[in-house]
Amino acid sequence: MNVVAASLSAAGGLAVAGAISAVLFGRSVRAALVGLLTAPAGAAAAVAGAAAAGGVSWSLAAPYLLPLTGVELAVDPLSGWFLLLIGAVTAVTGVYTVGYAGRQGHGPGARPSLVLLPLFAASLMLVPVAASVPTLLVGWELMAVTSLLLVLTEHRHAPAVRDAGIWYAALTQLGFVALLIGLVWLAGTAGGPSFAAIRAGARDVDAATASVVFLLGLIGFAGKAGAVPLHPWLPRAHAESPSHVSALMSAAMVKLGVYGLLRLGFDLLGGGAPWWWLLLAAVGAISALYGITQAAVARDIKRMLAFSTSENVGLILLGVGFAGMYAQAGNSTAAVLALAAALLHAANHGAFKALLFAGAGSVVRATGTRDMDRLGGLVRTMPATTVLFAGGALAAAALPPGNGFVSEWLLLQSLLHPGPDAGPMLTIAAPIAVAVVAATAGIGVATYVKAVGTGFLARPRSDRAATARESPPSMVVAMVLAGLACVALAVVPGLTIPVLSRIAGDLRLAPPGGTVAASTFALRVEAATLWPLWTVVGIVAGTAAVAVAARALGRARRRAPAWDCGGGPLTERMEYTATSFAEPLQRVFDNVLAPERDVDVTHADESRYHVAAIRFHQRIPDRVENRIYRPLVTALRSLGERVRPLANGSVHRYLGYMLVALLAVLVVGVLR
Amino acid sequence: MTVLVALGQAVLLAVLAPYVLGLTRAVRARLEGRAGRRLGQPWRDLRKLLRKPPTSPSDASLFFVAAPPVLLATSLLVAVAAPFVATTSLAGEADLIVVVGLLLLGAVALALAGLDTGTAFGGMGASREMTIAALVEPTLLLSVFALSVRVGSTDLAAIVTAGATDPASVFTPASALAAAALAIATLAECGRVPVDNPSTHLELTMVHEAMVLEYSGRDLALVEWASALRLTILLGLLANLFAPWGVATHLTPVALAIGTAAFIAKVGGLAALLAAGEVLAAKLRLFRVPELLAGSFALALLAVLAAAVLG
Repeated sequence: MNVVAASLSAAGGLAVAGAISAVLFGRSVRAALVGLLTAPAGAAAAVAGAAAAGGVSWSLAAPYLLPLTGVELAVDPLSGWFLLLIGAVTAVTGVYTVGYAGRQGHGPGARPSLVLLPLFAASLMLVPVAASVPTLLVGWELMAVTSLLLVLTEHRHAPAVRDAGIWYAALTQLGFVALLIGLVWLAGTAGGPSFAAIRAGARDVDAATASVVFLLGLIGFAGKAGAVPLHPWLPRAHAESPSHVSALMSAAMVKLGVYGLLRLGFDLLGGGAPWWWLLLAAVGAISALYGITQAAVARDIKRMLAFSTSENVGLILLGVGFAGMYAQAGNSTAAVLALAAALLHAANHGAFKALLFAGAGSVVRATGTRDMDRLGGLVRTMPATTVLFAGGALAAAALPPGNGFVSEWLLLQSLLHPGPDAGPMLTIAAPIAVAVVAATAGIGVATYVKAVGTGFLARPRSDRAATARESPPSMVVAMVLAGLACVALAVVPGLTIPVLSRIAGDLRLAPPGGTVAASTFALRVEAATLWPLWTVVGIVAGTAAVAVAARALGRARRRAPAWDCGGGPLTERMEYTATSFAEPLQRVFDNVLAPERDVDVTHADESRYHVAAIRFHQRIPDRVENRIYRPLVTALRSLGERVRPLANGSVHRYLGYMLVALLAVLVVGVLR
Repeated sequence: MTVLVALGQAVLLAVLAPYVLGLTRAVRARLEGRAGRRLGQPWRDLRKLLRKPPTSPSDASLFFVAAPPVLLATSLLVAVAAPFVATTSLAGEADLIVVVGLLLLGAVALALAGLDTGTAFGGMGASREMTIAALVEPTLLLSVFALSVRVGSTDLAAIVTAGATDPASVFTPASALAAAALAIATLAECGRVPVDNPSTHLELTMVHEAMVLEYSGRDLALVEWASALRLTILLGLLANLFAPWGVATHLTPVALAIGTAAFIAKVGGLAALLAAGEVLAAKLRLFRVPELLAGSFALALLAVLAAAVLG
């Protein structure tokens, strides 16, 4: 029995054991048991993923498990990479659940929620190892249903949760239907449901069919990845679900959309046409820009992180799109580079977003609010959470020495080398993509400074924030684990390059044998070199040296009330809040964001020149949602109203409809 | 030897930076008809401040204390690695994306410190600084990218070496556009007129000064020193990217001496030009600044496209 099989069985067994123990045990030990069984399940999946990424192959066909089609499983380096990511995130989330769900027995600690958590994790692990269309679709739907139920965990607390559930259910089912049609059509045309059969028969699929299948797959997979304009579920579901679920969804689940696109586009359809990848890159660019501008002005900490997920997924899709275009243009060096950047960014985003959502969850648990305008001052009451969140923010802002910087560096390098005979499309697209990445990085920095600076520093702006207490040790340990993953990816990203090159070779982007030169401590692209370790050492050692030298030369530090230009004693109402911090940026992007503002001025009775009270209310709507989805929902609703007479409750009439439909299908079938 | 040259270059920049600041002030004073202070006055201010104990506001945390060393350390790292006097940089660490990232990291540390004080001015300065940084960073990245297309590498040393060995290759449409964009970005990044006024203490117009209002003593000395160093670094990069003459491409004493002299002359010239420009120009209203920066972004995008299309 090879290591992949053993680890995967262990992961599945532990996950099922977790679900069963949640059913059997009482609330005092339930969360701890589920958490402590889910964590090793994740670790086992990560081991399987690492082995598969390292080249261990394994496959299993179980025709008896599912009627008609059976279950087919297999691993290759691509599925191994995503399995590793999912396993690591699951392990961190499992540890986090112990403290987060706690012993109170409601909310995330309720029995249904704890039963579903390990099952959700297991369905996440099933998707990348599926080796046939039915198995993939079953895993996909299990993942959608379990995550939907987990999003609804706290539906009794707020109507917004139910709203989020409806949006998520609608869009995820739309995606599923698109996938179902596309993949079944592909399996039908290519000659069999298993991936091996499709791969073999893909040459016989004509270009038009392949394009339609790819577009349907794009709807399904990019929608799951949270790409604009299929994103409206994402800020809602990520914000309203419990934070351990947000972490799993944002860090692991959305990456499976990327996995699906890679599997379908490169592996099953064999590369397709350049315009597929241009379209994908455009979707990525729009997601990145739209996501980060929305994140920059969000005041809800989890909504901000969710839009930042859209942004990062956009960057990943941009990399995948360029990998496809480069491969079509015959520039295999750049193709491998772009794919490596995308896959590395997927891992980096998994690591820092798990950390950030865990940190946000700790804050929400301690203060009861997600509104950054009402937070602040947590650096004194929750020092560990603050430092860890700040570390995650550094990575997410793509600043050196964070791990996000490394993958954005690789992405920029891949865009710099379109090659001498790249053709007009790439020659124009690559510089524009550089501009998109650069603009995203700039706004991202402002976004995360806002999150750390107004969320955690200065004075508390509400009573709950003032009386917050540090999270239980298990949550801090989980955040430390995610932080260590970030550090490892920041310091030795070179270790992943051989695996990423092998994946690129498997996807037929490049001839076998890596083209990105890398050693443990350096990434080399043409003449440019990045030494991640030396950057880290330089910054840390330099800062320490300056601080120590300055202290040695000077006198001891004093504490005194802030001067603030000699004004009176400061109150927390004078501080900058998240809204005020983002106001200049919001003004810059006023035309894009179109915020809705209400200012109510109440005048004093005596004179209208005297103001008694001013109320300011601002909401930044999602314009894509308002422009695309609202009219659609309205149209569907009015259509529903209009056809209501057709459904008058008569069973005979319904039977008649079914007969007509059956006849119509038969007639079409015969005529064709 | 390379290490020694790199460290020597950092020491040179660190020593030179306050004089560059002094030079801009002196030129400005002379053009405004004042006598002005001596060139070395910033150094005397630094010496005085370094001896005084720093004060932390009672609400401030570790972020406030850590920001000045981070700011200075990132600036010093750039001064060590980037090609100012000689192009033989340390182990290719002078990648321009890393340089932009390091400079931004310093700005972020200072913005967090401004928010950490819990004062209205600190928050105001941080918010404005990050808005400007968010709009400047794309321009910086894009314009240096336009230059790297020519060389095929983002290694600063490679770009400067290519310019130094073949001076004619610097004069391309892409270079001209990139130079204009980078000059505007440099003004914004250093907080100079028309984006910010370094000598203002009028509350409503402050950007950089508002962030560092609460710093005193040793902390203030580090912040001021680092700011001067950042100005010198950016002027030096501007000089070496668009006029890479005299840079030492190999490590002989004569070449290094010429490189040092050329560097001092170029940075001095640019600083004087900057001061003269500041006398003539007025500071823009804060909400007009994004228009200027959008213009520079457009220039940078054109530069990249020109570099990619025209080759």
